[in-house]
Amino acid sequence: MKGSPSDPDRVYASQTSGWFGQIIQRSDDGGKTWFQPGTPPGEPTTTPEGMPKGESNKFVYDTSEETGAPLTTHQFYDGKPVPWEFKRVWHLEPSLDDPDTVYAGVEDAALFRSTDGGRTWHELSGLRGHGTGSQWQPGAGGMCLHTIILDPSDRGRIYVAISAAGAFRTDDGGKTWKPINRGLHSQYIPDPTAEVGHCVHHVAMHPARPEVLFMQKHWDVMRSDNGGENWREVSGDLPTDFGFVIDVHAHEPETIYVVPIKSDAEHYPPDGKLRVYRSRTGGNEWEALTNGLPQENCYVNVLRDAMSVDTLDPCGVYFGTTGGQVYASRDGGDSWHPIVRDLPAVLSVEAQALP
Amino acid sequence: MIRVLLPQPLRTLARVEGEVELEVEGAVTRDSVLDALERAYPALCGTIRDHQTRERRAFVRFFACEQDLSHEPADAPLPEAVADGREPFLVVGAIAGGRA
Repeated sequence: MKGSPSDPDRVYASQTSGWFGQIIQRSDDGGKTWFQPGTPPGEPTTTPEGMPKGESNKFVYDTSEETGAPLTTHQFYDGKPVPWEFKRVWHLEPSLDDPDTVYAGVEDAALFRSTDGGRTWHELSGLRGHGTGSQWQPGAGGMCLHTIILDPSDRGRIYVAISAAGAFRTDDGGKTWKPINRGLHSQYIPDPTAEVGHCVHHVAMHPARPEVLFMQKHWDVMRSDNGGENWREVSGDLPTDFGFVIDVHAHEPETIYVVPIKSDAEHYPPDGKLRVYRSRTGGNEWEALTNGLPQENCYVNVLRDAMSVDTLDPCGVYFGTTGGQVYASRDGGDSWHPIVRDLPAVLSVEAQALP
Repeated sequence: MIRVLLPQPLRTLARVEGEVELEVEGAVTRDSVLDALERAYPALCGTIRDHQTRERRAFVRFFACEQDLSHEPADAPLPEAVADGREPFLVVGAIAGGRA
């Protein structure tokens, strides 16, 4: 779920279920009411030629020679080639300027864009077709494109991240892409420094410094100061550098937040203590933030899209857990309190500061 | 008039209560009923049949007249009692299907 930066009343949300598949919902009144942005009732669902229309829930991979590559397979966990198959939307990222333009990161990993408010979707197929797509493999959660970052200083530049392929960047609005994984070191793959194959969990950027990226990888917290061309590890004194979320303070570009998780096999906080770690130095030196968070017998996880910051001063920080709590801090993380306690597992937390 | 009973999540999406009534031109088959349903309620496109393959989604089943029609050909005639509106055509979500 995410609101449009250029129209706070425009909010996009994605639902999926094993029964009925992908449903895109849109609100034009700040979330009071929702509708599917596809063909209205009573209008034909096919073109005059009889072809089914692109509907709001329809994500069709581009196999044309002109726009991408007719890429038909990626790898399964065991390396077997398997056909590309749409499963669900993982993340929606509205354009910075146009409320009707929105990007969708999907599983099996691909990037789609709608320019008509979510009615129809078209793949930016240069991402899958740039050359390494056939080598991509799923992470434990599936082969998902979960992170989309739009560069506010350069409208042609978009960053995405895929589990378990890595991070990618376009500088021409999505036509051509390249992997940006130099410096990542993943001991769980045959070549730890391979061009692709890294299980990037999330990437964050401060809009004032779009060249600086922070990454929570499967293991390791990483930083790039040159738009992803090179990465260096900034895990420093974290108790564990496994985790999912990472975010940047709204007003302090060197202040970042992570929630360390014990390990890839044990998805809960070390010692049963739910601690957000904050670095005010852009990484390496971290402090545990515990005030208001459970410090015993806590075995929740915090999923990759479940942390957000607002733009108020002091900066508000929010995160949700797989136990259904949403914690908020009004003071940049110094203290926390639950604002919701009993939801299902929280997949997505987004903050809007309304006038 | 064909009567179709949708599961609650699809009634919510289609914004309908209770049974849906549809006019179906020509032969009354699973596909012709679903085509008419999607024309009347485009929000249901892709939820019962895959957008591209038009195949039944894996966790959706079809019943009518106490028969499981899930595995019948999509162009096979539906029972006469469905075609003349005495019995509804049931779209059912399999028990296991709700997991996201």
